[in-house]
Amino acid sequence: MVGAGNRLATAAARAVAESPGAVYNPLFIYGGSGLGKTHLLTATAHLLATTDPDAEIVALTLDEFSEQFQAAVSAGEPQAFTGRLAQTDLLLIDDIQFLTGRREMQAELLRHLTRMQEQGRQIVCASDRSPADIADVDERLIQQLAGGLVVDISAPEYEARVAVLRGACTERGVVVPAGALESIARKSVLSVRELLSALNEWIARQTLGGDRTPTGRTPMRGTASVARVTRATPLGITPVSLTPSSVTPAASTPVPGNAPAAPRSGEFLSFLSDVASAVQLHVESWQVRLRETIAYWSAQGYRTGVLERALSLPTDPDVPALVSVYVEAVEHLRALEAAAVSVDRTLAGQSIFRDPEQLEAAEDLVERALAGEMPPGGPTPAFTRESFDEGASNQLAVHAGDAVIASPGTRYNPLFITGGSGLGKTHLVHAIGNAIADASDGRLLVSCVHAQVLVDELIAAIQQGTVERWRSRYRLADVLIVDDVQFLAGKERTQDEFFFVFNSLIEAGKQIILSSDRSVSEIPELAERLRSRFEGGLTAVILPPDRPLREKLVARFLAALGRPSTPELLDVVCDLPVQSVRELIGIVNRLAAAADARGCPLDAALARAELGFGASSSATMAPAAAAEAAGDRTFLDRERVIWDWPDVGARLIEEMR
Amino acid sequence: MSLVNYATREITCKIVYYGPGRSGKTTNLHYIYGQVPGDRKGQMVSLATQTDRTLFFDFLPIDLGTISGFTTRFQLYTVPGQVYYQTTRKLVLQGADGVVFVADSQARQLEENIESMQDLHANLAEQGVDARTMPLVIQYNKQDLPSEMVTSVVELDEALNFRGVPSFAADALHGPGVFETLRGISEQVLRRLSTGSQGR
Repeated sequence: MVGAGNRLATAAARAVAESPGAVYNPLFIYGGSGLGKTHLLTATAHLLATTDPDAEIVALTLDEFSEQFQAAVSAGEPQAFTGRLAQTDLLLIDDIQFLTGRREMQAELLRHLTRMQEQGRQIVCASDRSPADIADVDERLIQQLAGGLVVDISAPEYEARVAVLRGACTERGVVVPAGALESIARKSVLSVRELLSALNEWIARQTLGGDRTPTGRTPMRGTASVARVTRATPLGITPVSLTPSSVTPAASTPVPGNAPAAPRSGEFLSFLSDVASAVQLHVESWQVRLRETIAYWSAQGYRTGVLERALSLPTDPDVPALVSVYVEAVEHLRALEAAAVSVDRTLAGQSIFRDPEQLEAAEDLVERALAGEMPPGGPTPAFTRESFDEGASNQLAVHAGDAVIASPGTRYNPLFITGGSGLGKTHLVHAIGNAIADASDGRLLVSCVHAQVLVDELIAAIQQGTVERWRSRYRLADVLIVDDVQFLAGKERTQDEFFFVFNSLIEAGKQIILSSDRSVSEIPELAERLRSRFEGGLTAVILPPDRPLREKLVARFLAALGRPSTPELLDVVCDLPVQSVRELIGIVNRLAAAADARGCPLDAALARAELGFGASSSATMAPAAAAEAAGDRTFLDRERVIWDWPDVGARLIEEMR
Repeated sequence: MSLVNYATREITCKIVYYGPGRSGKTTNLHYIYGQVPGDRKGQMVSLATQTDRTLFFDFLPIDLGTISGFTTRFQLYTVPGQVYYQTTRKLVLQGADGVVFVADSQARQLEENIESMQDLHANLAEQGVDARTMPLVIQYNKQDLPSEMVTSVVELDEALNFRGVPSFAADALHGPGVFETLRGISEQVLRRLSTGSQGR
């Protein structure tokens, strides 16, 4: 039906179908939902197919276009897809507004459209908004889409509405009384779809009321005769209203015979129409549009809290404006992340670049990164001084650390902490760092890095030509903690650079704390100038935990797991010749798991059984304790000590052989 | 199951026909199956005994095409009404977007109707679903039988419809009331699109 609202669009579509590629290329048709855009696209294709049966026509929705392209890529044949388009005389793309935010698809489409236009192939697109109103689309693509003719379709006027209704009635074989369609057409509707829905409703009401047309024909083929009305139908069914309280009972009468009723094909169509109206009504609500945006950006890894909060607003916010602001913020974040990564690769993927609500913080971060004003990260908050237990084996290191906390940069600079693996060096240096930061109320900038990170960052800086920025960052620290400095062994360039950083910090009175699993003299391939500087402060050794410290630690670990610690249990566990704190943690975890598995409490008996003790732990542990006291490490090696002796009979047989 | 998937632009409604044995759940599906054009419906899967009692469940997928850019599908299920198929009923009920309770209007079946309604609520509660929020409509089937054999709609409403949900009289064998029921539950389910309680 052609009316004032779609006359221009129809004329343009006809011109395009009659001479594809010659006029209005591309033709862009836009208008609200349910106004016949898809119908017009299909009609254009049909007209061309009629006038030129050999014409290659491809009609797709944007989603179908995307799916087919991705399928071709997945099959390793993107050229096949491109080739098919290159052969197409008329390409019709519906719902092109869904390009929003789909950058890759936009680029792909731009490429295809450009090529098709160059080859004189016709393109027709349809959208529910004008090209300029499609958010988050590449400007070049917008210009491409708007470069031909952009026409809109508006709601049909009264005459067109009557014509549409008459057409629908003729198509369905429905006869309606004079004036009925005009009455429906006078309703204020925005789309053809709504108009047809109003017609369906009217027909359903007439049918349910049992009315027949003046001609005596059934108003609509096979329409159901039972629905939400309150009086009996010819079949004797008692209809029920939506609200039970309003039900008017009516006597039921038997159905004559029991043969199945004749099929009533209109029922499904009527149902489909109602469902379509319901979906359209609800799908087009602002909340759904917002949810669609949230689903898209969440899948992209961005936080959508601001949009989610808008969902709970009592009234309709300006969704396009809200989404537009959000998308702008995301684009800005992307640009910021790119800028940050260009100076520091470790900043890639930081969560701050995924949250549009932290735009200012992200800008600040990038600004500092660009200015080389971002020192390396601080110590791990989980390692605190309070949670570090002191014993004879680590007393020197702890006291030295406390002195550094009290007056950083003045005593024991650098503080070099050494000891075997799993003895708590990392915990202690991080704890010292945290304590200094806390004591200074954050005025002192504490940086804490693993030596390998130091090396990796320098390599990245060399690659990017930003070594000077690397130096600046480390020089910013008031307290620099480098864990596991033995990893600097053999890294000549890093040693050179770190030497300058070291000197710069020491001269400025800044504190340096280092840790290593071996003494300075045992670190191979370490420059002599660094070696002497590392030894220039205080070297504090952490030894394996002694018995009292082991008891403290085991009690703490048990408490952390919510298990009681009895003196007997502590005896059993702490009698073990454990060489590191990490090993002790492993034993406690193992006992807790065993207790859970057996469903019994974690007590001394379980510990003995699980740790392979004999009937008397004191008897079996005596050699170990004695050995430890005597400093004989042979007996501390579990592989060399027989803890569970065979019984007497077996031993005798062994002796007699 | 999600009612609407914004990422793939799909709307899928799982509607379960629940009710006592022989109340006419499968008959509802058969009637709908007969009315849906061939290109819109999938294979109706019906696992029945030789006496046509539903053994496991019936399944009828209906493709409603693309509506407002969303590929829209309805999946209709029935549960076996017999008491001893409790596990199957729970399984089929999982992830339902809406429930049609098909009551048998015969007077002698009133007790079975009530028990089945209680069973529905118990199974929903077991799955952590608040029955008050689950879209539900009631169909009083077999209203075509002689009036002396059937319980009136008012009485059935008093006995079963304590939530005041939409209810429909029907004769599923011949069709009246079947699509009205389906339309009723569809309205309820689709209304949740805008409330977003099922959105993803």
